[in-house]
Amino acid sequence: MHMVGILTTLAWRNLWRNHRRTLIMLAAVILGTWAMIFMTALMRGMVTQMIQDGISALPGHIQVHHPEYRDDPSVANLISISDTELAAKFEAADIAHWATRVRVPAVITSEYESRGITLLGVDPDRERGLTFVDYDEVEGRFLESTEDTGIVIGKKLAKMLNTRVGKRVVVMSQDPDNEIADRGFRVVGLFTANVSAFEEAFIFAGKSTTQKLLRIDDQVSELIVFGDDYRNVEALYDKVSAIVDSRVEVRRWFEVDAYLGAMLTIMDGFVFVWIIVIFLALSFGLVNTLVMAVFERVREIGLMLALGMKPVYILGQIIIESMMLLVIGLVLGTALSWAAIQPIKDGIDISIVGEGLDMWGMSSVLYPDLLLRDVILANVVVLVLGFFASLAPAWRAAHYEPVAALTKV
Amino acid sequence: MILVFRLAWRNLWRHPRRTWLTIGAMMFSNMLLVFMISLQFGMYGLMIDNSLQAFTGHMQIQAPGYKDDQRMRQTVADIVPLSDLLRRELGSDDIAARASAFALVSSDERSYGIAVFGVEPEFEVNVSTIPGLIGEGRYLGDNAATEIVIGAALARNLRVKLGAELTLLGSGLDGSFAAAVVTIVGIFDSGLAEIDRSIVEIPLGLFQDVFYMRGAGHLVVINAPVIDDVAELQIRVNALLPAGHDLVVHDWDALQPGLKQAIRADISSSFFMYGILVILVAFSVLNTQLMSVLERTHEFGIVMALGLTPGRLAWLVLLETAIMGVLGLLLGALLGALVTYYFSINGFAYPGMAEMAAKFNLPARFFPQITVLTLLIGPIVVYLFTMLSALYPALRLHRLHPVAAMRAV
Repeated sequence: MHMVGILTTLAWRNLWRNHRRTLIMLAAVILGTWAMIFMTALMRGMVTQMIQDGISALPGHIQVHHPEYRDDPSVANLISISDTELAAKFEAADIAHWATRVRVPAVITSEYESRGITLLGVDPDRERGLTFVDYDEVEGRFLESTEDTGIVIGKKLAKMLNTRVGKRVVVMSQDPDNEIADRGFRVVGLFTANVSAFEEAFIFAGKSTTQKLLRIDDQVSELIVFGDDYRNVEALYDKVSAIVDSRVEVRRWFEVDAYLGAMLTIMDGFVFVWIIVIFLALSFGLVNTLVMAVFERVREIGLMLALGMKPVYILGQIIIESMMLLVIGLVLGTALSWAAIQPIKDGIDISIVGEGLDMWGMSSVLYPDLLLRDVILANVVVLVLGFFASLAPAWRAAHYEPVAALTKV
Repeated sequence: MILVFRLAWRNLWRHPRRTWLTIGAMMFSNMLLVFMISLQFGMYGLMIDNSLQAFTGHMQIQAPGYKDDQRMRQTVADIVPLSDLLRRELGSDDIAARASAFALVSSDERSYGIAVFGVEPEFEVNVSTIPGLIGEGRYLGDNAATEIVIGAALARNLRVKLGAELTLLGSGLDGSFAAAVVTIVGIFDSGLAEIDRSIVEIPLGLFQDVFYMRGAGHLVVINAPVIDDVAELQIRVNALLPAGHDLVVHDWDALQPGLKQAIRADISSSFFMYGILVILVAFSVLNTQLMSVLERTHEFGIVMALGLTPGRLAWLVLLETAIMGVLGLLLGALLGALVTYYFSINGFAYPGMAEMAAKFNLPARFFPQITVLTLLIGPIVVYLFTMLSALYPALRLHRLHPVAAMRAV
């Protein structure tokens, strides 16, 4: 224990013998750490936003459908689930956020134009906060009940159809017997969405109204369930599977949208690769610094060996020196990245490239997402790999022949 | 000059390990940059080509406003004579007229609302990849035949096979009721559900008949031989438009603004990362050169006392860096080229990339393309930063005083 104290003191003093060199290396470690953590937080934020927007359109962390629905998402594949029965069971299972909805392809026609869209028959009270529509941002109003006879469409769609709040439109779809089902609706609200493509793709009507229109009694297309965290939906999946009967298909969000699911995997891989790449770029400088530090102390190391210091202490001293440098760099670098994230915590506008991001399914405000997991990963990777990188120069120093080292000029 | 060069060369190899580590840092980042940039630019090219060749084309002639609203009455009058004229005057067959309308497409069992395109079968082949993707049956033939080609996903959802009849219901240009019965002669499979589900094509002649177009259409697609010729071709097309017309020519960037922006977003985020990498290398070089200057203080003092000016010494240090930089550049570029070459033969894949690639009409494996630009841009930037970072140690020499320097150990 006593030896460790001495070695630490020695390492610390050695570190500052050539303060310029140490400071340059320190700057490199700080910059590297900052780049690792800050960039990761930005990328994570981008992906989180993308997945959340994606899930809000699916929507839901867990979805329940008719088994045939996946291949044929039409009015022919419905499920019979009673909301009142569900409510009791979900409450017992402590699941608060869920809704059932009708979701069918339809055609909307104004006096001027027609468009193909997805008609969603929803229960506005149950869906509040679950979808991509913010009820308070709707121009006009959102639906008020499942019996509401109005319709809410996207701003962009309204422009294409040349219609507005208060005007009438006709919605046409088909019932399970393949008869055309159509009725007129008054446009009561125009919604905006983070991802502007949603404004063209979806329209909202009351669930009961839609069921009447499609002549499907109280059947629905899907049951959607939200948990607390999209990253961890297994527990929720098990609960929901236990509640619904076996004639339906229960799927997790990443099974519904493979693209979104793949994003998470890609992101995890990317974070790791990025941290390793930065470390490698750093490691050349780190090893170089240590090699130099050892080289200029050859005589001194020889002397210590000749006086009877064990080689393992020399090894330890060099490694402690390197670890000290890395720890200081890591602490400052982590602090710096935390500080860099503070001012943009509430989102930075990247709408200069907005439409392009839209194509990727992202919105134009970026919220950095600093995960403790990533911070730990970066720090651990640097420390562990840094340890191994320091071994070679330290090993060399420890194995000098005392006499040869002493006489070296 | 030869003398200075030999001096610099020998100085470098006084510490072979240190020099190699510094060159190693350059090689590492150069290799990475060459590979990544080749991969990215290859990807961008594919992304643009695949997205545009599928359907959009390099440029389109449209009525003003059609691009944003796509309303039925924003037409191009006498569209076939216009596309004939363009083909004749430009001496190119990569020009085809289209019209599009929204219609309810029904089989015996199902109905979907889709955009129906009227195309010139003879020329459409040259401006879109869809005719080439016909998996079953054939592409459209006669310009007035009651035929239709649809995507495989739509065929599945409509539950129809080749040879079945579909009913089209929509409204014509004058707002009147438009209907037609057409036979499926071909089913295409693009592999992208979105395209397969959203595009159906009928002959333009039939389209104009059914939707009462009176010779009008909605757009003329024009492809340039290569994408770089688009700007020049656009000027010629503009000059050929009939006098007193009310038409606009949009290039691909205007038609698909997301494409360029997605690329720009990707470039800016990846260049930020490359920047970090380059700066880390620069730190490494700065450290090495500063060390090598500091340890020669004594020696520099002597030669200065002998009459060598600090300026000459600074050049020596810069020359040393330049030699190191050139070695790093050549070896790094070579290594990068080898890695890139390997992947350009075998393809590069990454877990989860297939799902992501599909979103951008890209194949699941990437084949990076080496060009002079992608090979040299990274290494040259690294080289410049290397030289920049050697400035501080070199300029420090001006502050050196011969007598004091000679006393330094």
